[in-house]
Amino acid sequence: MPAVSKGDGMRGLAVFISDIRNCKSKEAEIKRINKELANIRSKFKGDKALDGYSKKKYVCKLLFIFLLGHDIDFGHMEAVNLLSSNRYTEKQIGYLFISVLVNSNSELIRLINNAIKNDLASRNPTFMGLALHCIANVGSREMAEAFAGEIPKILVAGDTMDSVKQSAALCLLRLYRTSPDLVPMGDWTSRVVHLLNDQHLGVVTAATSLITTLAQKNPEEFKTSVSLAVSRLSRIVTSASTDLQDYTYYFVPAPWLSVKLLRLLQCYPPPDPAVRGRLTECLETILNKAQEPPKSKKVQHSNAKNAVLFETISLIIHHDSEPNLLVRACNQLGQFLQHRETNLRYLALESMCTLASSEFSHEAVKTHIETVINALKTERDVSVRQRAVDLLYAMCDRSNAQQIVAEMLSYLETADYSIREEIVLKVAILAEKYAVDYTWYVDTILNLIRIAGDYVSEEVWYRVIQIVINRDDVQGYAAKTVFEALQAPACHENLVKVGGYILGEFGNLIAGDPRSSPLIQFHLLHSKFHLCSVPTRALLLSTYIKFVNLFPEVKTTIQDVLRSDSQLKNADVELQQRAVEYLRLSTVASTDILATVLEEMPPFPERQSSILAKLKKKKGPDTATGLEEAKRERSAAVNGGPEPAPASAASTPSPSADLLGLGAAPPAPAGPPPSSGGLLVDVFSDSPSAVAPLAPGSEDNFARFVCKNNGVLFENQLLQIGLKSEFRQNLGRMFIFYGNKTSTQFLNFTPTLICSDDLQMNLSLQTKPVDPTVDGGAQVQQVVNIECVSDFTEAPVLNIQFRYGGTFQNVSVKLPITLNKFFQPTEMASQDFFQRWKQLSNPQQEVQNIFKAKHPMDTEITKAKIIGFGSALLEEVDPNPANFVGAGIIHTKTTQIGCLLRLEPNLQAQPPSPRARVPRPRCCSWSDPVPCVLALSWTPQ
Amino acid sequence: MIGGLFIYNHKGEVLISRVYRDDIGHRRNAVDAFRVNVIHARQQVRSPVTNIARTSFFHVKRSNIWLAAVTKQNVNAAMVFEFLYKMCDVMAAYFGKISEENIKNNFVLIYELLDEILDFGYPQNSETGALKTFITQQGIKSQHQTKEEQSQITSQVTGQIGWRREGIKYRRNELFLDVLESVNLLMSPQGQVLSAHVSGRVVMKSYLSGMPECKFGMNDKIVIEKQGKGTADETSKSGKQSIAIDDCTFHQCVRLSKFDSERSISFIPPDGEFELMRYRTTKDIILPFRVIPLVREVGRTKLEVKVVIKSNFKPSLLAQKIEVRIPTPLNTSGVQVICMKGKAKYKASENAIVWKIKRMAGMKESQISAEIELLPTNDKKKWARPPISMNFEVPFAPSGLKVRYLKVFEPKLNYSDHDVIKWVRYIGRSGIYETRC
Repeated sequence: MPAVSKGDGMRGLAVFISDIRNCKSKEAEIKRINKELANIRSKFKGDKALDGYSKKKYVCKLLFIFLLGHDIDFGHMEAVNLLSSNRYTEKQIGYLFISVLVNSNSELIRLINNAIKNDLASRNPTFMGLALHCIANVGSREMAEAFAGEIPKILVAGDTMDSVKQSAALCLLRLYRTSPDLVPMGDWTSRVVHLLNDQHLGVVTAATSLITTLAQKNPEEFKTSVSLAVSRLSRIVTSASTDLQDYTYYFVPAPWLSVKLLRLLQCYPPPDPAVRGRLTECLETILNKAQEPPKSKKVQHSNAKNAVLFETISLIIHHDSEPNLLVRACNQLGQFLQHRETNLRYLALESMCTLASSEFSHEAVKTHIETVINALKTERDVSVRQRAVDLLYAMCDRSNAQQIVAEMLSYLETADYSIREEIVLKVAILAEKYAVDYTWYVDTILNLIRIAGDYVSEEVWYRVIQIVINRDDVQGYAAKTVFEALQAPACHENLVKVGGYILGEFGNLIAGDPRSSPLIQFHLLHSKFHLCSVPTRALLLSTYIKFVNLFPEVKTTIQDVLRSDSQLKNADVELQQRAVEYLRLSTVASTDILATVLEEMPPFPERQSSILAKLKKKKGPDTATGLEEAKRERSAAVNGGPEPAPASAASTPSPSADLLGLGAAPPAPAGPPPSSGGLLVDVFSDSPSAVAPLAPGSEDNFARFVCKNNGVLFENQLLQIGLKSEFRQNLGRMFIFYGNKTSTQFLNFTPTLICSDDLQMNLSLQTKPVDPTVDGGAQVQQVVNIECVSDFTEAPVLNIQFRYGGTFQNVSVKLPITLNKFFQPTEMASQDFFQRWKQLSNPQQEVQNIFKAKHPMDTEITKAKIIGFGSALLEEVDPNPANFVGAGIIHTKTTQIGCLLRLEPNLQAQPPSPRARVPRPRCCSWSDPVPCVLALSWTPQ
Repeated sequence: MIGGLFIYNHKGEVLISRVYRDDIGHRRNAVDAFRVNVIHARQQVRSPVTNIARTSFFHVKRSNIWLAAVTKQNVNAAMVFEFLYKMCDVMAAYFGKISEENIKNNFVLIYELLDEILDFGYPQNSETGALKTFITQQGIKSQHQTKEEQSQITSQVTGQIGWRREGIKYRRNELFLDVLESVNLLMSPQGQVLSAHVSGRVVMKSYLSGMPECKFGMNDKIVIEKQGKGTADETSKSGKQSIAIDDCTFHQCVRLSKFDSERSISFIPPDGEFELMRYRTTKDIILPFRVIPLVREVGRTKLEVKVVIKSNFKPSLLAQKIEVRIPTPLNTSGVQVICMKGKAKYKASENAIVWKIKRMAGMKESQISAEIELLPTNDKKKWARPPISMNFEVPFAPSGLKVRYLKVFEPKLNYSDHDVIKWVRYIGRSGIYETRC
């Protein structure tokens, strides 16, 4: 912007400003301003026409006064008049005033829009630029309404100047960001993509920003930009530093453009092979350049270079397809890990976190474990240490879990207070997830409680108890260890809790040892009793009554304790009640009754570890995993399909629990490459709901429910949605349970089922409305009657709206009603099967889908899955014993569809590593949508 | 117990800083805290007491100078403010107007004064007369002072009558009595009094020899009624002229015990000028002026204002320095004024028409009319019509207070009450004197 220079100086303005700066007090300033305002008012009175210069001067003064924080309620008209001036300086001040002060509901908006329209239509590039800047600066909905149609035309017109194109692209970007619905997509989009080929690098930069944003929403329309971006990138990368002249920044060719292009490429899956080769070449060149000695010692040079490099690495991570590049990126980051720059170390650790989750580079990342551990110990900056902890967490697997957990435990003693709780959670999760030997797990957690007892949240010690109770083999060991740990003179209250619970359950397992005889156990626990808080004491009282059952010989001692005044007349109601009831129970009840009442706790049902949920809650979206998730969401949006969250892989250690255990048990940090199966799943991406974006994670749950009828569909901090459903032929009934997890009421609670038009024809759903208020902790139930009229592909969306504590909540989840629910198994002999199979050789009748399994194929589990899917499992039908074959009939109201399916795991194609086996399902039907459902249910396997 | 005392200029720079107690923490912190939170506060701080980090700051502002007393304890806020006012008086008595310039020029003196009038945070003798005997602007005086004089100062300052030294002699025994009042008023457009009160001061300037005992009498209702019990006819005569005083405070020299028992004001005055008493009345106030406003809006762009003022006192008296301030709307773009008397001008910087009249006799009337042109704005807010305010000075006491007598007795020296020349003067000024329009 050409500043108000001395040349066209507005002396009056300069004098006024210096007057104000010289004011000694606030009062003096206000007086001066009042005087000036009165002067301007008298000038604007309209008696005589003002010339452009004075108008400009007074508008400037008003602007200055406004920026000082005073209200301006006049002068808008004069500013609008300035817009129609032909002199640059006047027009510029006019636009400045409008963009700072314009009030969207003012009646002048029509005049302003008119002036802008005139300027846009003029062929004067400066005026067009001013108008575009004004639109972008105001950026309101009204502006978007008025100009969103026009700007694309300017942008793609052949005769537009480069600078105007630049402004137009950025202006359009701004409008798109504020009101995406108002920017029409049209034939201009394809021409915008071609701006990437523009001669002028400024235009390319602006266009890339625009395309990146647009492509995130409409990936299909801008698909062609990939190859153009790649070729542009390769031209930049291969150019000598002098080629680009103005766009070379400290010897780095067009760093901003490169970064933007790399960002754009991150919106898409890896391109087709031809382009991919070129892209790989580019990326390699960038990585090579990073190895070259710096051309300048200036910090700007290294900053620009590293910016491009980091963006390259994140693209490589995003593509996750070139093992070679991933390993190189990892090595490059490894160099940065020891760099002098703290920022670089931070970024390297952060990028490595994402690299660690790729299957190709996981091993490569692991080689840096020593450096990372070292960083944890020696790093001065706490945020870098935090990243190091994140990375250790991410790179952990069965092979190095013991080492990493040990390192984290030792770091915990000196860690910053702010991150201790998080580290505690991570240690707890890792220990649980990778525990081969559960004695190690017990040791680790007890150690954890010893070192950082205050930071061990309830979830952690709940979890220990759950695991100990569910696993017979560690119970004795746990009891012994806990007993030993409790002997320390001072131990943390959490340890007392764990100890109390475990000894109460399994104290008998160590009672044989004279050193831990029942009486000694009891005295040990009771010595801690008085130091504990009320909840712990209550827990210990329960332990005592369990002892009464386990060890009848200590009954009298315990009764004495319960009878003492400090228990029976305790001020706390809970303690008093327990003491009275337990005392009575121990005296009145016979041994049999006691044994029944105080029986060992049954195993806990397996469910997702609550610790993990806690960790997720604790980590804000700014942390690494948050980013990872955000990225995943982004790529999911681009690919139109869900990817299972690797985080869910950590849920349960027992693979036998249920079907979902299969999807969850083994460590599978890598999502499938974004391209696999993406298109097939596309069908589902067109969710009919415009109400609210689907709740994160609901896609995962949805996939699980394909093979399963009951369970928890959705859960967040407020709300839990559970399902129970049954299907018979073409009819079904689903019970939806809405649980309020908070202590406050939900108001205006309205669940609605949303079906697209297609779906409505094929699937009829009937529901009754539920009570609009849900009390805190309460659960309401809703019944949905389902009838399948014809085959369908989409799933209905359940949208729940309610008011919680004054804020409006909106949750959408897909309701897992899929076609396979109406699948009924049919038994068939081998001959029959292949006869029919061959009959259906018509390509339209067959759908074949090849995908990678993310974990080893276990015959039993796969069988269970096929049965869960609804079809009959036909054994000894296929000549190849490794293949699985199924058959069934889909019932709809109108017709019945027979369906055959065949799963061919391909064990030979790749080395027999469990990760790389490729099963191949093959199924066919008379109707298209069926395979889609099948494909969906198989993909997350 | 004041912990410290700071004086700032308008920019928030510290001119004087004196810390009496360590409990206010590091001096810098306290100094900065006040500057940041009060002087440079984004919103104007209107409360005179500010609490920052468990530290209380009491401030008064004189022109562009801020005086702030700091304490960590729960002190008597009234005491602190009384001290700050006294401090202002003392400084004014030493070097005139309190301004940045004057403070910078006299900073040694100010530190000296602060050492004397505040000891470990406890206020000490702050009587200007007494202070001036031993804190002088002419440097250290001890060479010229005799031992006797020094001991005299000591006995005076530490003695029972700390405000007056012995052995004062004047050839002419003279005293001046000023009754200064300020009258405050808020009146409705229809002429109804919404609130009115007078706050007054009796200031005395005495040039009397020896240790004279004075007795001051005024037309206080209670005193008059007490006396009137004996002679009933006198009550009826003077009853109308007695006034009801709502509350009053006295200079430390007044014997309060005597006032409590007999309601007589007797004292040994300090030498020179001092404020004998302060009082407030709310009943039977004589309002010297009546303002009759007339505002008419002509369309959206014009306003006609007509204001009449009537003087309401004896025609023989003359009011002076009359100023009427008529607020104008914020979107005024031009003003035409016609007035019969005095001068009127539109002051844009204050958003008001200011009408000044030098002199005006009682029972007269004067008028101003103005046409105000307005600029149409897109702001739909209506003009709030702030009240018309007025300033003036009249030579009588609007509360009706009259000095009945001031008797002087000096038993040791041979001059009697009749030999003392006494002057009495009444001045009534406007405080906040507003009429809504």
